[in-house]
Amino acid sequence: MSTASTRLQYLTGEHRALEDYQGGLPRWCKGCGDNAILAALQRLCRDEGLKPENTVFVSGIGCSSRLPHYMRTYGFHGIHGRAFPIAQGIKMARPDLHVFVNTGDGDCCSIGTAHWIHAIRYNMNMTVLLHDNHIYGLTKKQASPTSPLGTKSNTTPRGSYLDALSPLTVTLGIQNVSFVAQAVDWIPESLYQIVQAAFRHRGLSFVRVLQRCPEFVGNMFEPWVHDAQRMLMLTHPDGVQLSPALQKIYRNQLVHDPANINRAREIGSSDDPIPVGIMYRNPAVPRYEDLRRAGMLRTTDAIRGSLEAEFDKFTVWP
Amino acid sequence: MNAAAETRPRAAARASAGEATSKQRMTLDEHVVEIMSDSGEGAQKCGQSFGSIAARMGNGVWTVEIIPAEIQPPARSIAGASGNRIRIGAQRVTNGGDEADLAIAFNEQVLLGRVNAGELKPDCIILLESVWAESPDPKIVLQYTETRDRLLADGYRLHEVPMESECRKLVSDPRKGKNMFVLGMLCNLYDLDMDLARDQIAFIFGKKADKVIKSNVALLEAGYAWAERNLDFGFLVPAQRATEPQLVINGNTAIALGVLASGMDICAMYPITPATSASHYLSDVFERAGGIVHQAEDEIAACAFAIGASYAGKVAVTITSGPGYSLKQEAIGLAVMAEIPLVVVDVQRGGPSTGQPTKAEQSDLLTVMFGSHGDAPKVVMAASSIEDCFYSMITARRIAETFNVVVVVLSDASLATAQQPFPRPQFSEDWLAPPIDQNPVPDGARPYDWDPITGLSRRFVPGQPNGMHTLTGLAHDRSSRVAYDPETNEQGMHARSLKLAALQRMLAPPQVFGDGEGDLLVVGWGSTKGAIEESVVRLRREGHRIGSLHLTFLQPMPGGIKEILQRFRQVVAVEGNWSDRPEDPLIDATNRRYSALAMLLRARYLVDVDCWTETRGRPIKPGSICAELRKRLAREEFRR
Repeated sequence: MSTASTRLQYLTGEHRALEDYQGGLPRWCKGCGDNAILAALQRLCRDEGLKPENTVFVSGIGCSSRLPHYMRTYGFHGIHGRAFPIAQGIKMARPDLHVFVNTGDGDCCSIGTAHWIHAIRYNMNMTVLLHDNHIYGLTKKQASPTSPLGTKSNTTPRGSYLDALSPLTVTLGIQNVSFVAQAVDWIPESLYQIVQAAFRHRGLSFVRVLQRCPEFVGNMFEPWVHDAQRMLMLTHPDGVQLSPALQKIYRNQLVHDPANINRAREIGSSDDPIPVGIMYRNPAVPRYEDLRRAGMLRTTDAIRGSLEAEFDKFTVWP
Repeated sequence: MNAAAETRPRAAARASAGEATSKQRMTLDEHVVEIMSDSGEGAQKCGQSFGSIAARMGNGVWTVEIIPAEIQPPARSIAGASGNRIRIGAQRVTNGGDEADLAIAFNEQVLLGRVNAGELKPDCIILLESVWAESPDPKIVLQYTETRDRLLADGYRLHEVPMESECRKLVSDPRKGKNMFVLGMLCNLYDLDMDLARDQIAFIFGKKADKVIKSNVALLEAGYAWAERNLDFGFLVPAQRATEPQLVINGNTAIALGVLASGMDICAMYPITPATSASHYLSDVFERAGGIVHQAEDEIAACAFAIGASYAGKVAVTITSGPGYSLKQEAIGLAVMAEIPLVVVDVQRGGPSTGQPTKAEQSDLLTVMFGSHGDAPKVVMAASSIEDCFYSMITARRIAETFNVVVVVLSDASLATAQQPFPRPQFSEDWLAPPIDQNPVPDGARPYDWDPITGLSRRFVPGQPNGMHTLTGLAHDRSSRVAYDPETNEQGMHARSLKLAALQRMLAPPQVFGDGEGDLLVVGWGSTKGAIEESVVRLRREGHRIGSLHLTFLQPMPGGIKEILQRFRQVVAVEGNWSDRPEDPLIDATNRRYSALAMLLRARYLVDVDCWTETRGRPIKPGSICAELRKRLAREEFRR
């Protein structure tokens, strides 16, 4: 892919190779879907010409959250569930940085739920990847909020008791939502397209990536991996378009306008077929950092001036 | 001081404005005044104005809010007392003082609350609104007359004041405005400058119409005139005008101004009493200077947001109180582990759990020192006055940045709402944080190049070319790579701990107040400073050899403390937290739970530090400290 920005980088000699974004060697299990997400993100950084020093990957805790260690950018591997507020603090302090959030279904949809809801509402300009494998991996196989009903795990040996929470419909129900998409790790080309669209959106882009965990729930997505007709590919001139190769394989396609939020909610509530593509996009939603930083001028004179003005208010004598 | 000479300019000011007073006045060193009403009747505004006017005249002033826990507690209820306690003195006043000398109440129930709490002197003068005697509700009439008669029988000097009927001559709704009538009475009783009082009214109603100001000034003047005609007593607390400009603000405003002055850009918070007013004020003024107050979705998010902001730029602050602090603890551990500078303010309240949200306590010291999890060394400082609240923020920011540490600043509910004049700070560019370093990181430099002596390393900020690394809460090596090996884990522990020692070496030894050696040393920290030092002054006047040591840095503690402790025959920590009472049948020296500071000093210096503490939800009174210390000074085993 050759965008204007990559062509410019060639001219300025700033072009970077994939290797320039590769950090430590990934230590995920063999066949883990996190590898596909990592590959898509490294490719995105290269293609978008992101300066590694101006890019920060923020994560919580869990398998997903190891991702920053495998990038050669700035990274912040935080604490369980709190990637969002850490990322928000970074973005507020430094709107010039490219901020990514990598979070898992336990991290985002369980311990960090409050932050997830409010992150959507703040709509700060960052790209969020929800690595959703429907299971807790790092703590060795416990049911997560997105585990389908009946999922057998170490804490639910006779099957999980509750219907799975739907990260898509929840996100689409929150005020100020501005970008929601779904991708799957086993269609890398579409994953890349969606991640790229997410990155280019100004606002919080929320991408749920269905991701296989061969170690603990190896069969979770098998029926869909092997039956292309059970995937529903969303296309639209304002969304993503499928390459001829993909069109041949994934014939179950739907033209969906990402501006239509009601339709997005309907589509987002389907878990079979699995919809893939951009469900909703609204670039007009204001970003919290823009609202808060408007006209912000932090100079010594400004600080001194307002301090003296406040002192004046409270000075009693002389 | 020559009191007679002092009254002259005041008389001139009064004459120019038409007020006249011909009272015999008793000259006093100090007086404590309480003004109480139902919530919403304006006693707080009245009390604060009284304090401000006295401060403008040059009196020492300390005001404390009396705050009910509910926004609108039931009217005429004992628990609903809302108001202000004002201590005015001829000299500088450093604390709220002892029981009240004069109390003004808008109804007898709010007054009862204060009487029952033991807040009034036995012969306190009481000015009580008398409208309740004519209430159509016989129950109210009975409550009023019974209380009035009981208080008179108990020896209080009670005067009934027809506030409502007097105010009704001027306004249709006396509930709004009675407070200014009372202010006028106070101006008469304490011979305050009425021109300053009129200025004060213009200031507090400044945003409202002229009509409102005029009506309140009329009420003020009516109160003055009524007191001149009907109250045959008056006081004079000589004042001495300050030679340099003074600020009159409360502790939370001082913290907010300190944040502004420190050059910090971002404050992340979640509402919690009694800390929130600092953020209210900051929200109002910060943005004009380019700062941001972020109200997060919860306490954890507020802390994590501040950590993210600190990581990416300048040190950020999060302001909270005890329960909020508990929620932040995990995130604070992350900041310690990853060595992200952070300032956390804990305006302490009564605990545990929801405890007493609007009341003062000093029970969080051990929590903030040893809290989070694992070994999490952080710096703990305590502000001991309003002025200190301001400067603590500047110091905290600088330490956080220099040592890449978490700095916890402790304040409490009694500083949060107390007001005291202090010299207006002179702005210095040194207060401000330096700009964010965006220079390329030299080849070979590592994000945790721990210095073997100091444990310090230079942090890399996003945007710095060549400094890319992933910061983590996991154990890590000098390159910030996750490391599980025993050697690396201990290296990190070692470095994080050494940083406190490096800071400790830079701290000046604390100064003893009063006698440098002698029979008894009082040790304290935080808001009790004024009361403790006043006790020392009083007891030295009685001939005792006594001193006090007040600690600003609780972690690390500065050098020289052990030597000071050893120069006294006994050492007593006085604090606002729980300690077991030695006289309890089950308590002995082996199981007694000592107060927080006593425990720390005993453990660190192997000195037999005793303690006396109160958790009564109010600032500790100098009189209570004196009474307790006198008992200890009289003990046989400590006699010379």
